[in-house]
Amino acid sequence: MERRNAKRAREIVTPGDVLAASDEYKPGDNTYELNGQIRAQIMGVKTYVDDAVTVIPLGGCYMPVTGDTVIGIINDIGPSNWMADINAPYPAPLHVSEVPWKVEFGDTSRFLNVGDVVLLKILMVDESRKIQVTMKDSGLRKIEGGQLVEITHSKISRVIGKSGSMIQMLKNMTDCRLFVGQNGRIWVDGDDANVEVAVEAIKIIEAEAQSPNLTERVRSFIESKLPQTAGADSPQNAGDNREESQ
Amino acid sequence: MSGHTDMTLVNDQGIRIDGRKVDEKRPIKIEAGVLKNADGSCYLEIGKNKVLAAVYGPRECRPKHLQDPTKAVIQCKYNMETFSVSDRKRPGTDRRSVEISKLIAEALENVVQTELFPRASIDVYIEILQANAGTRCAGLTAASVALADAGIPMRDLVPAIACGKADDHVVLDLNKEEDNYGQADVPLAIVPSTDEIVLLQMDGNMTREELDHGLDMAFGAAHEVYELQKAALKKRYSDLAKKEGAGDE
Repeated sequence: MERRNAKRAREIVTPGDVLAASDEYKPGDNTYELNGQIRAQIMGVKTYVDDAVTVIPLGGCYMPVTGDTVIGIINDIGPSNWMADINAPYPAPLHVSEVPWKVEFGDTSRFLNVGDVVLLKILMVDESRKIQVTMKDSGLRKIEGGQLVEITHSKISRVIGKSGSMIQMLKNMTDCRLFVGQNGRIWVDGDDANVEVAVEAIKIIEAEAQSPNLTERVRSFIESKLPQTAGADSPQNAGDNREESQ
Repeated sequence: MSGHTDMTLVNDQGIRIDGRKVDEKRPIKIEAGVLKNADGSCYLEIGKNKVLAAVYGPRECRPKHLQDPTKAVIQCKYNMETFSVSDRKRPGTDRRSVEISKLIAEALENVVQTELFPRASIDVYIEILQANAGTRCAGLTAASVALADAGIPMRDLVPAIACGKADDHVVLDLNKEEDNYGQADVPLAIVPSTDEIVLLQMDGNMTREELDHGLDMAFGAAHEVYELQKAALKKRYSDLAKKEGAGDE
C-alpha cells in the first residue's frame, strides 16, 4: 500500500480533466501528460501520492497483476490444462504442473470440472497480457460449499480495510470464513444465517465505499442483525486477514 | 438536403422554426449509468433525439479473427429502432448504420487507450430511440460518456455537434426540417483537450467561409457539450453520495 498524502481531496474527475501542472507534480497511475499539464485518463477520485498525482478508478474491469490472489471459476478443460474465468478481459490457463496434484495427461476432469471454484494466484502476466495462474501456494485450493459474492474489484480494498480491519471485523462478528480475491470475488462460508448477514454487509461496503466511517457503520449493521454474544471474538478467527485454513 | 419546401427555415430576424437563433443548440440532457447490466451506459436527449448507449468490456474479443495482438478493437453498433422515425424504419443493419458504426468506432479509437488491452474488444451499442436529425453526433456523444462510465481509460471525452446551412444562413445543430430541406449538414466531433477533429463530414454545399464560420460555432458548442458530459458523469457519483448520506435505501 502506498502512503497517501494527508490533504486528500475527494474530487471526482473525468477523462481529460486537468489535475495539475506537470512541473508541480509527477503523473501517477491513470494519468497522462499533455502540454505541461497532467490530465486524468479514467473516471475516478483524484489523489496525491507523495509527489505524484493519481486517479483511483471508480469502476472498470479487473486487470490481473502478478502476485494477486483471485477466485476463479473453471470454464473449460483441456488434456493438460484448465481455463479459469477470473473476471479479467483475458482467459487464465491453469496448467497441470501448477496444481498441487499429480495429474495424468487427459485426466484433468477428475480433479477440476467446469463450474468448480478455485483459489488462484496470478503467476505471470506478460506484455501481451497473457496470464498464467497457479494453485501451488499455501492456502490455494478448490472451494467447496459457501457462497460467492461478486463486487466491483476497485472496492475490494474497502472490504479488507486498513491493514485488514474491516475483514477482521466481518470474520469475528459473523463467525464466517472469508476469502477475498483481488478480482472482486469474495467467498463466504459459515452458518447460513451468518453468511446472509456477511453477504449483506459486503453489499453495504460496496454501495457505500466512498463514505467515511464505513467500518463503524458496518459494525452497527451487523450488531443489529446478529446480537453479539460474549464469545464472538473467538480465537480461531484471529488468523491472517485473508484466509482461514480448514 | 433532398427535398424542397415552402417553409421558411430561418426568418428575417434570424429565428428558426423551433424558435432558436442560428447559433443556438437544442436543449441537451445527459444521464450516465442508466443500465445495470452493461459495464457503462448513457442516456442522452438533444432536442427531440433520444439515444441510449451501452458499453461492454474490455472483454475477450469474439469472433477471434478480429483480435489485434497490439491493441483492443472497438466494435460499435449503431441501430435505429423501428419506431424512431415517423415512417416505420425497416429493422436491421443497413448501409447507413454500417457507415455510422464505423465512423463512431474510428472516432472513439482516437481517444480510448486501446493499447492497454491487447487482444480484447470494447463493445459499444448505440440505440436510437427517437430520431430528429443529428443522431450520429448524439450517438457519439452518448457513447463516449458510456465509455467513461465503464471505467475505460481514455484521453478525453468526445463531444459532437453539427453545423450546416439552411435558407442561406449558417446554423448550428440542425433539426429534422433544416436537415431535410437545408443546403448543408456538417457533423463535427472533437477532442476538447487538443481541439483535434475526430469526425467531420459534409453533406451538401457550403462555401469555404461559411464552413469556417460554421465550424467555429460548432467548436464552441462542442466545448459546451463537453461540460454537460462531465457534469453528467460527476452527477452520477454525487447522487450516490447523497443516497448514502440519507441512509439505507
